[in-house]
Amino acid sequence: MPYISSFWLYFDVLWPYVLAVLSALVLITFMLLSAIFFVWLERKVSARIQDRLGPTRVGGKYGWLQTLADGLKLLVKEDIIPTNADPMLFRIGPYIALAGAFLAFIALPFGNGVVARNLNIAIFFMLAVMSTEIFGIILGGYASGSKWALFGGMREAAQIVSYEVPRAISVIVPVIVAGSMNLTEIGKQQTGPFWNWIVFHDPFTFCAFWVFFTCATASCKRAPFDLAEAESELVAGFHTEYSGFRWLIFFMAEYGSMFAVSGIASILFLGGWHLGLLPPGWDMERLFGTVFGNFINVVVFILKGWFLVFVMMWVRWTLPRLRIDQVMITCLRYLLPMSCFLLVGVSVWQLVAAELTWLSLVNYLLAFGSLFLFGFMVFKAAATTAVSPTQLMPGAWPIAGSAGPHVTHKA
Amino acid sequence: MMPEVGLQSYLLLGALLFVCGAVCMAMKRNAIGVLMGVELVLNGANVNFVAFARFNSTFEIEGQIFALFVIVMAAAEAAIALAIVLNFYNNHMTVDVDTAEELKG
Amino acid sequence: MDVQTALFWILAGLTGLSAIAVVVTQNIVRSAAWLLFTLGGVAGIYFLLGADFVGATQLIVYVGGILVLVVFGVMLTAQGPFVTMKTSAAEWAISLVVGLLLFSVITLAAVNAPWPQDAHHSEDMESAETSQNSVKLGAAFLGIKEITPKKDLTGFPMGKTPPERKQVAYLLPFEIVSVHLLVVLIGAAYLARAKRRRGMPT
Repeated sequence: MPYISSFWLYFDVLWPYVLAVLSALVLITFMLLSAIFFVWLERKVSARIQDRLGPTRVGGKYGWLQTLADGLKLLVKEDIIPTNADPMLFRIGPYIALAGAFLAFIALPFGNGVVARNLNIAIFFMLAVMSTEIFGIILGGYASGSKWALFGGMREAAQIVSYEVPRAISVIVPVIVAGSMNLTEIGKQQTGPFWNWIVFHDPFTFCAFWVFFTCATASCKRAPFDLAEAESELVAGFHTEYSGFRWLIFFMAEYGSMFAVSGIASILFLGGWHLGLLPPGWDMERLFGTVFGNFINVVVFILKGWFLVFVMMWVRWTLPRLRIDQVMITCLRYLLPMSCFLLVGVSVWQLVAAELTWLSLVNYLLAFGSLFLFGFMVFKAAATTAVSPTQLMPGAWPIAGSAGPHVTHKA
Repeated sequence: MMPEVGLQSYLLLGALLFVCGAVCMAMKRNAIGVLMGVELVLNGANVNFVAFARFNSTFEIEGQIFALFVIVMAAAEAAIALAIVLNFYNNHMTVDVDTAEELKG
Repeated sequence: MDVQTALFWILAGLTGLSAIAVVVTQNIVRSAAWLLFTLGGVAGIYFLLGADFVGATQLIVYVGGILVLVVFGVMLTAQGPFVTMKTSAAEWAISLVVGLLLFSVITLAAVNAPWPQDAHHSEDMESAETSQNSVKLGAAFLGIKEITPKKDLTGFPMGKTPPERKQVAYLLPFEIVSVHLLVVLIGAAYLARAKRRRGMPT
C-alpha cells in the first residue's frame, strides 16, 4: 500500500471493514446475552412446570446470576479430548454449528431497517445458512470416537434434514402472501392493527404458522423431538464427549438458532416489530419519531422472539418425547403433505380472493376468533385457584416443625 | 500491484476446482472419494457459468439458470451414486474401487 | 485494494486450498470436512459475483443436502473407526503430472481466449439489497427476459457481431428436472432398501 499521510485517507478504504466488524460484534453480543437469558429461563421454566423452584441462590431470590455461575464453571473445566477422537474434526465441530447459527442473524431485521444487511432474499439466505449447522452436529458426533455419539449425530442429522423440507415449504406460504423474500418488506406489510398480521390473513397461513413452528422446533432438536440429546437413552447424543467450553459453544448455537427461527416466525407470521395495537397506517416511528420509534420496534421484536422461545421451552417440559420412527413419520407422513397442501391452498386463495372480496371477512374472523380464544384460555388459567393440601400422604410422617407431605383430594 | 480481479481470475478458480476434482476421481480408492471428485468437477463448471453470467450481460440470466440446473442435477446424481455404492458395499463388504473387477454381482 | 478484490482473494484462497486438501487427505471423513469448506467457499464466490439466489441454493442443496448424504455414505461404509486406503507413490506422481498438465491447458485457454466481456463491468455491481435476481430468474423461467444486452461488449473477434438472441422460456427444463428428481428419489429409495447383507467373500 502506498504511504498514507493522514488517517482520513484510510477511512474510505477501511470503513466497510469497520462497519462489518461492528455489526458482527453487536449481533454476537445480542446472541450471547440472549443465550445467557435462555439458560436461566429454561431452568426456571422447567422447575416451575415440574413443581419446584429452580435456581434461587445465586444473585438474589430468583437466581438471576445462575447463568454466570454456570458459564464460569464451564470455562474453568478441564479440556478433555477422548483418545479415539479425531483431533481436528473434534475441535472444529462446535464452531461450524455456531457459525451456521450466527450467520443467520445477518439478514434478520430487528426493526424497520434495523438489520445488518437488508438482503433481498433474506428469508432464503437465513434458511440456507441455518442448514449448514447440521455439519457441525455430524462432525461432533463422528469425531467423538464413541458409538453413542455417532448414533446420536446420525439420528440428529436425519431428523434435521427431513424437517427442513416442510419448514422451507411453510416459509414460502407467507412469502406468497407478502410478495417478497425481503424480511423488512414482509414486516412493513404488517403495519397497524393486529388483524393485518399474516397469520390471520387466511386459514392457510394460519395453519402454516403452526406447521412452521413445529418444524422449527424439530429442526432445533428441541423436545418433543430431542431424541439426539435423549438423556435417558444416549447420554447426551452427539455432544456426549464435549465438556466445558466446547459444550458451551454447541449450546450457544442451539439457543441462537432457536431465537433465529422464533424471529423468523414472528416476522413472517406475527407482525415482526409491530405491536399490533395501532390504527391502520400508523406505526411507532410515526408516533414517536425515528430513534425512539425504532427502539420500541426493536424491543417489541425481541420480546416476541423471547416469547416464542419460551413457548418452545414450555412445550419441551410438557410433552413426552417422540421415538425416532415417530419423529420421521410425523415429518414425512403428516407435516410434509400438510405443508404442500397449504402451499397450493394459499396460491389458490391469492388468486381467488382478488375476485371474491367477501373472503377478506375470514381475516377478521380469524383475528378476533384467535384473540377471543387466547383471552378465554388466559382467563381460565388465571381463574383457577391453587388447591391446598388437605390430607397427609400415605406412609409419610410429620417432620418436626412442619406438617409433612400432604396430598390433595378433590371433594 | 495486484492485477484487477476480472473474468480470468474466476475462470482460473473454476479450472483449479475442475482439476482437483478430476485428480480426485482418478486417484482415490474409496468410492465415496470418487463421488467427492465428481462434486468438485461440477462446482468448477458452475463457477464458470456464474462468472460468465456476471461479466457478460448477454448471459446475465442464462448463466445462473444453468448453474441452478447443474446444482439440482448434481444432487440427483449424488443420491443415485450413493445408493449404488451402498449396494456395492452390501455385496462386497468394501468400498475399495480396486476390488470392483468383476462384471457380475 | 477494495473490498471486492480482498474478498475474492480470501474466498478463492479458501476454496482452492480446501479443494487441494480434499485430494491430498487420506482420511475419507477429513476429505468430507474439506469438501464442506470448498462448497461453502464456492457459495461465497457466488455471493461475491452477485448471484445471491444461486449462492443460497448452493448452501441448501450442496452443503445441507449432498454433503450430508456423502457423510452418511461414509459412515455407513466404514469398516473401522478411521478407514484409510492408501494410494501408492507412483499413483501420486502420475496424478500430479496429469493434473498439472490439465490445469495448464485450461489456464492457457482461459487466459488467452478473447472472451467477450462488458466494456465497463466493475462500476455497476448491484448491491445485495436491491438485487432483483430472484425476480429475474422467475421471469426467465416464464420466458420474460430483456433480450437486448444493455452494455457494450468488448473482445469480440474482428468482423463479428453479437448474434441475434431469441426469447427462451426455461419452464420445460424445470419441469423435466422436477420429474427427474422424482424418478431419482424413487430409484435411490429402491436401490438402497434394506436387504440381507451377504457374508464376507473368500
